[in-house]
Parts: sequence; structure tokens; C-alpha cells
Amino acid sequence: MEEMRILLRNKDKIDPKNVQDYIQTGGYEALKKALSMDGQEIINLLKEAGLRGRGGAGFPTHMKLQFAKNAQDDTKYVVCNADEGEPGTNKDRVLMSADPNSIFEGMAIAAKAIDSHKGFIYLRAEYTYIRPLLEDALENARLAGCLGKNILGSGYDFDIELHSGAGAYVCGEETALFESIEGRRGEPRFRPPFPGSKGLFGKPTVLNNVETLANIPPILRHGAEWYRGIGSPNSPGTKLFTVCGNVSRRGVYEFPMGVNLKEIIYDVCGGIPDGKGLLAVQTGGSSGAIINADQIDLPLDIDHVSASGGRLGCGTIFVIDDTNCIVDIVRNNLDFFRSESCGKCTPCREGGTRLYELICKISENRGTVHDIDTIIDLASTMRIAALCGLGHSTAVPVLTSLQNFADVYTHHIDKDCCPVCGQMQ
Amino acid sequence: MVNIQIDGQSLQVEEGMTILQAARLADIKIPTLCYHEDQKIKSVCRICVVEVEGQRLLQAACSYPVSEGMVIHTASPKVIQARRNILELILARHPQECLTCNKNGYCELQDLTQELNMARPLRYPLDRRPHTVDDGSTSIVRDPAKCILCTRCIEACGDVQTIAVIGKENRGFDTIVVPPYGKNMSETVCVNCGQCVQVCPVGALTIHDDTQKIYDNMRAGKLLVAQVAPSVRTTIGEALGEEPGTVSTGRLVTAMKKIGFDRVFDSDFSADLTIMEEGYELLDRLKNGGTLPMITSCCPAWVKFCETYNPKYTDHLSSAKSPQQMFGAVIKTYFAQKEQIDPKDICSISIMPCTAKKFECQRPEMNDSGQQDVDISITVQELAKMIRESGINFADLPETPFDNPFGLGSGAGEIFAATGGVMEAALRTVYEAATGKTLEKVEFHDVRGLEGIREAQVDLDGTIVKLAVVHGLGNAREMMRKVRAGKADYHFIEVMACPGGCIGGGGNPIRSWKKVKARTKSVYQQDVDLPVRKSHETAAIKEIYGEFLEKPLSDKAHHLLHTSYTNRQDLLR
Repeated sequence: MEEMRILLRNKDKIDPKNVQDYIQTGGYEALKKALSMDGQEIINLLKEAGLRGRGGAGFPTHMKLQFAKNAQDDTKYVVCNADEGEPGTNKDRVLMSADPNSIFEGMAIAAKAIDSHKGFIYLRAEYTYIRPLLEDALENARLAGCLGKNILGSGYDFDIELHSGAGAYVCGEETALFESIEGRRGEPRFRPPFPGSKGLFGKPTVLNNVETLANIPPILRHGAEWYRGIGSPNSPGTKLFTVCGNVSRRGVYEFPMGVNLKEIIYDVCGGIPDGKGLLAVQTGGSSGAIINADQIDLPLDIDHVSASGGRLGCGTIFVIDDTNCIVDIVRNNLDFFRSESCGKCTPCREGGTRLYELICKISENRGTVHDIDTIIDLASTMRIAALCGLGHSTAVPVLTSLQNFADVYTHHIDKDCCPVCGQMQ
Repeated sequence: MVNIQIDGQSLQVEEGMTILQAARLADIKIPTLCYHEDQKIKSVCRICVVEVEGQRLLQAACSYPVSEGMVIHTASPKVIQARRNILELILARHPQECLTCNKNGYCELQDLTQELNMARPLRYPLDRRPHTVDDGSTSIVRDPAKCILCTRCIEACGDVQTIAVIGKENRGFDTIVVPPYGKNMSETVCVNCGQCVQVCPVGALTIHDDTQKIYDNMRAGKLLVAQVAPSVRTTIGEALGEEPGTVSTGRLVTAMKKIGFDRVFDSDFSADLTIMEEGYELLDRLKNGGTLPMITSCCPAWVKFCETYNPKYTDHLSSAKSPQQMFGAVIKTYFAQKEQIDPKDICSISIMPCTAKKFECQRPEMNDSGQQDVDISITVQELAKMIRESGINFADLPETPFDNPFGLGSGAGEIFAATGGVMEAALRTVYEAATGKTLEKVEFHDVRGLEGIREAQVDLDGTIVKLAVVHGLGNAREMMRKVRAGKADYHFIEVMACPGGCIGGGGNPIRSWKKVKARTKSVYQQDVDLPVRKSHETAAIKEIYGEFLEKPLSDKAHHLLHTSYTNRQDLLR
């Protein structure tokens, strides 16, 4: 099955630092067009195109822009969320390394749409090695007049500041990201107020994922109708998928939205290596649903994956073979979440660790059926009562695995051993 | 206005109001924990979650705004279950030591546990934070194991007082509120104001209890001589369950006598004495080109703040001691001589609305009488506990006047309790001393009120004196910025560390602005009711200057009633 490379069109074809290379492939034409357009026209175009966020929630991009546009303030910000923290996810890294100008261009267009003159890229702490590349690319773009004062001779100013994170998963949450840029402890804020009215430094802010922003220039260049022709009706366009875990060919792939999960695993990635069978797939990263092998005939778009109990999220596909125990997988997930909880709200701070402890009990064959009840009760509360997405999604792998792999849990409890390795504690 | 429905009740409320505010209008009680009516919304404990129809997530009532057509369920089974589950998580970290906790009976977590009917065994093992009690401070005891991470203290200390002694460390399950770098409170810039204690819902921050020392001295046969600060008569009743603002001077004295205090004196007297010394110092500075603006020095938290953050500017502070320390020096000299008692046999005790007074009385230089001038300083909260443990039925006590010779102060001394009070009291005396005229209108309304920084001026027979009144250390920091920049064009500034002044002090029963306002009203009413309203006109003041001190700023007065300051800049390193 062939990839469809729109976002990765320039990957390995141009020097990512060289703005002229980018311009020669048609780069910054979309921005030129946008600079001659009214802000509302840009937003309307994105609305017609049906672009939805690629970071996790799939929120319509035009709505975010509209909120910020409608907000009355002299200062507004555009923020690129490059804090790609979801375990097993690398697509923003690939995109930034391959074609940073496409992101700058997307940011500049978004800025023009809401009348903002300043953008921030919040770069994941672990990606500091990309920083020099991004800095060079930014400087070259400024020298070429694509960023900075009077961009492309339009009289419009827009520049981008690079800000490195300090190594916290929660800073990928938009309001925690703002706190971090502002120099405080990375903790989410309660909402409303939403970033569109009160975001970074209290100003109207549009925050988008790297991949979402990279989608904007092609839409402006080729039009909404062209974009609508790709992907599925409610999720147009292509999507970057990071496939990791037990498959033969791991990597980042670009496909139209709605591509079948089964085809990705077997046709694109070469299936499960070493003659093992497929046990489960977790879509959308550690905060996604864990589904079993019978459920993988699934179109990968925002709505279909949501219906499966998880979410497409950032498009990560974690493939798990049948030599793994699902309880271990969940335990590993929870270990991640409990150590990444910022500690601000009770459900996540306390609940994350308690869930981990309970899953450990089950995994180590010390669990009881009451523990399962407690897990469900606690996870259900976290899912609806935590302050931010981190607390909400901690519960997702737990609850979905309990739904889809109930027998594994009961085996640990009833037989006092792991059904996979047979190990007794 | 928007139309909403809460628990089946339709109402019209202002747009932008939170669900919690709207529910309170409808007399529907939503339980809260981190929420504090005087503070910013935190939305962290998640106890106040409610169900909003059409939304998958529960929303925190304290932070979520109402909108047109919103239908809210504040006590659906889903909500009750979530609340209990959240409370259970908190309880599983909280030491189960309620019966021996300093906060027993006043704890918001205890109340909540009752309210939510948490009568079930916890499903998680108790996992208390491994941190030990920090009781090295003279004023505040910190027990991090009891902390529920509501972060109210961080706001009080960091945002209001701008000191930020405590903050969050670590993350997730290991998050804790502590002073930085593993320090104890006593090693930090903490000024002992106790505003953190005032907002702590649990027993994580409490007042250092010094009541046992009083019993020890009683047993040792010492003469217990107490001074009672102006605020105390207005807040002790509240501390014992009466309405905020209830004045109980007479019952207070009776109760203290029943407990076993031998003499109970009125600190209104030493407030008057402070006015004499500080007022004349101001006139002296004005006349002889002294350092201006002169700033009040009655507040020990403010003094330590100035010594720490503005050590080069302590010459702006009046050299006059605070009323507590003046009284202490007088009790062990003038009073001891008058009564022919060896000052070593006196235990001098102050009852204060203040936690920083404990620090002040232990300052090494506060021993001008030849020994520590004030031996023990306790707060209103501690006195209330003594009254309770002595089995005294406070409500039904007869009234007893304060003891002589320091039994009746002026209204000027009384208003020391409120922000602007020292200023107003000083003006009443300074005006008459400077002009030789009688001040007909004793009330200076310009210096009253709750604005953080207030300005006024007064005409002393042709000389315009510019004044400023500041309360809350955030405002004090602002004012000192102006002083350092040479832009504080004032002659006299009053600074009180606690918002509202002493009546909002850290040693009072748990504060809220609503309560502080009620208390303040009572303070000013007492001023009106007192027969003498100017410090220099009271019999006690005339007597002590006539018999002992000669005149304000005399050598003797300087020795006993004035002090010097310490550079504490090192605390910032």
C-alpha cells in the first residue's frame, strides 16, 4: 500500500534548513496568498476544508482560530505544540526535522487569520538536538523575509520564538504549556477561560499541534475542495501514524484518514515478526484504548476510533504480540502516568498511584475481585473528575483493557498466575 | 442574566457567575475544600464537582461558569460517588490522628468527611507523607504529612504577602508544600505573620502552642501579669463560637482571672504609650531634619520584613518599640517597683491577635528591664483553648474591669487593632502637640478603610503632613519600592503586615474578609464608646510620665521604650 505524502512531501528531498529549497517546491506561496486575504476568509477556508486538530482531541481548527479572532485584544499569540510526549510517538519529530518551514508557514497563516504577530514553538525537552536545526531554519526564513518584520513585503509582521520544555509530559496539555512558557511550574489551568480568550500571558491564543499547522499551507495552496477529497468525510486530509511495538517495519507513515488499522499492521508494517500472533493494539498512545485482535478491522479516523472507546489522538499505533500479558502493558502505562502527573488535582495525583498499586497487585497475583471493583470505580471517577486530560486519560487503558481482556485479569486473580508466562509470585 | 436550573430549581443569575455562586443564591450547598471565599479559584481538590447535562465530564462548581439554559445536578448519584471517591483518596494520605490533632474540631477536612457521610473503611492502605513535623519556628508549626495540597497557603504567603516561603516541590504523588532547599521555617525569610495558618483548612499549618509554659509558671508560683491587645476583646468571643465582632472585654477579664492570671492589663495603655513616643519622635524628625518618611514599627512581621528585604532603610522605622514590648519593659520596671515585687518573680504574658509577637518577644535585644521583657506571648486561639479546657462557660460570665494601674486606655489605643488605627491615633496626639490647639474632630476617615495603600494629608497649623497607610506585605513591598526610589513623598507611613491590620492577624480565629469587616466595625465603635479618645489624655499616661518616664523621648524612655534593628539580609542567600 502506497503512502500519500502531503505533509512529508519534502522529506529527504530538500535541505530542511534551507528556506530557498522550500520556496522552490512552492513553499510560502500559501502564506503569500494568506497575506492578501482577510482573516475571516482564511478561517472560512479552513472550515470548508474541515481540518481537525492532529494533537489528540481532533477539535476543529477553524473554531480555535475563530475564538481567538473574535477576542478583543491588541496582543494575540500563535503557539505550536511541539512537546510530543506521548510514548511511542515520533511524527512531529520527523516532520520538524524534515520540513520545518511548513510549520513556520502554517503558524504565519494562522497568525494572519487572527491578527497575531508573535508565535512560540514549545519544543519537547528531549528534542533539544533538533533545536539547532530549527534555529537555523528560523534564521534563514527571517533572512529570506518569510518571517520577522514586513513578511514577504506585505507590511505584516510575524516572528517565532523557540522555547524548550523541561521534560514534563503534562506540558503537552495546552494550559500547562502556557504556564511553562511563562516560567512557572508546568501545571494545567482550569477551563474556561479557554486559550482563545485567555491563553498565553493571559492573551487570546491559538495553540495547535505541529502536524495540524503543517496541514494549513497545502489547504491554502490547493483549496478546500481538494483537501475534502482526501481522507474520510468527517476527518479530511492525511494523518501521520507512528507505528511502534511488535511489528516488522516500525516507523512514521502518512496515509489518508480512514486507512484501515489491519492494513497498516499487516500490509504496511509487515505484520508481527518471529511467527507470533497479535494480542492487542493500543491506538493514540499510552492514553489510548487497548483493543483486542478481533477489533482491528477499524478505519483510522477521529470518529471511528472514538467510537471504539479510545481516540485517534496523535495517531500512534502500539502493536502488542501474544507473548505479552495485557496486565503488564497496563501496569507500564500507569507507571508512566503516575510519574508524569503534575500533582495539582486530587484524582490524578492520588488516583494515578493508587491505580498503579492495584494493577501491581493483580499483576503479581495478589489481587482480588474487590480490587477489580475498586479499579473500575476509581478509574471511572478519574475519567470524569480530574482537572485535565492527563487525569482523564489515565483511566482509558485500564477501563478498555478490562473490557476487552477481562479473562486475563480474572486468570491472574483466580489461578494466581499469569496466563501468558505462567509465572506465579 | 441567564436562565439556569439547579437541582430542579429554575433561577435567573448573572452571566459569568460560577455554578458554586449560583447554587449559593439558591441556598443549595455544594461541598468544597480548596475553595476559599477570599482567594483565587483553585479548582484542584475536585470535591465540588457537579453534573452539567450534556457534558461527559463532571465540572468543578467553584470554577465553572453558568451559561444560558444550563441544567445542573449537584447531588446526583454519579456526583456523590465521585466526591466520595476523591475524598477517600485524600483520606488515604492523611494521618488518621484527628483526636490528637491541634485542629481537632476546626478542621475543614473533618467537616467534609462528616458532610459526605464517609462512614466506610478506606480501600487503600494509609500512605502518609514521610515528612516530619517542623516546629522550630517560634510561631508556626508545619506538619507536611497533614497537607492536602489545596495551595491556599502558597497564595497567602506568595501572592498576598509576596514572601513565598513555601511552595510546591516534586510532582505527582510525591508533591509536597515545603520551604525550599529542605529548610525549616525558622531558617527562612518567614516573618511569622501566620496568614498561612489562617487559610490552612487542616492541621498542616498551626500556631505554635505556648499555653503549657503558662501553666508551668503558674505552678512555679510566679505572678502572672498579662497584657491584652486591643484586638483580643473583639475576637475572643468569635474564637469561642460567638458572632464575629462580638466585644467581650469584661467577660474576657473574668475568664482570665478564673484561669489564674494575677493581673490582667489593657494593652490600650501601651498603645497610648507608643503614640506618645512615636508621635514625639515624628515631631522631632519633622523639626530637626530626621529621616523621613518615618514608618511605624508596631508590627513585628513588618519589622522583620523590612530588616530582611530593606536592611538599609531601617532608619526609616520609628525607634519606638511595639506596644507589647513597651508594656513588657514597663511591667518589669515601673510596675514591679510600684508593687515592690522582684521582677524575677513576674511572668509577663501577652495575649495577642498575632503569631509574630512570639518571635518579637524572643528577640535577644528585648530585655531592657534586665530580663526578657515579655516572657510568653500567646494568641487569641490559644487563649480560647485555655478558656475551654478550664471549663469556663464564657457566654454566661459576669464582667470584670481590667486591673489598675493600666486598666483604661484611650479610644486611640483601641483602634490600633485596625489598619490605619495607629496613624489615626498618632494624629490625635501629634496635632495637639504640634499646634497647641484642641483637636475637635478626632476621627480621620481618610486613613480608614480597606484599600491596600491609602493616602491622606493633615494640616498642622500651616505645615502639611503627608501620610500613607499600608496593610498586607505585598502592598508594603510596593511602598518600599517607592521609598527606595525616593518617590515616597510622605512624612509618615503606617505599615501592618496582615491584611486588615491586627484585627485580621494570624493569631485570631480563622479569618475571612467578611469577618474582618465585622470585627473592624466593632473596633471603631469601641473608640466612640470610650470616655477618653486621645492617648495623651489618659490618666495612666499622665501618671507614668509624671512618676517615672518624665517626658516622651527622655533618657529613661529611650532606654526602656525604644529599640534598634538587625540586618537580616543573609536570610535571602
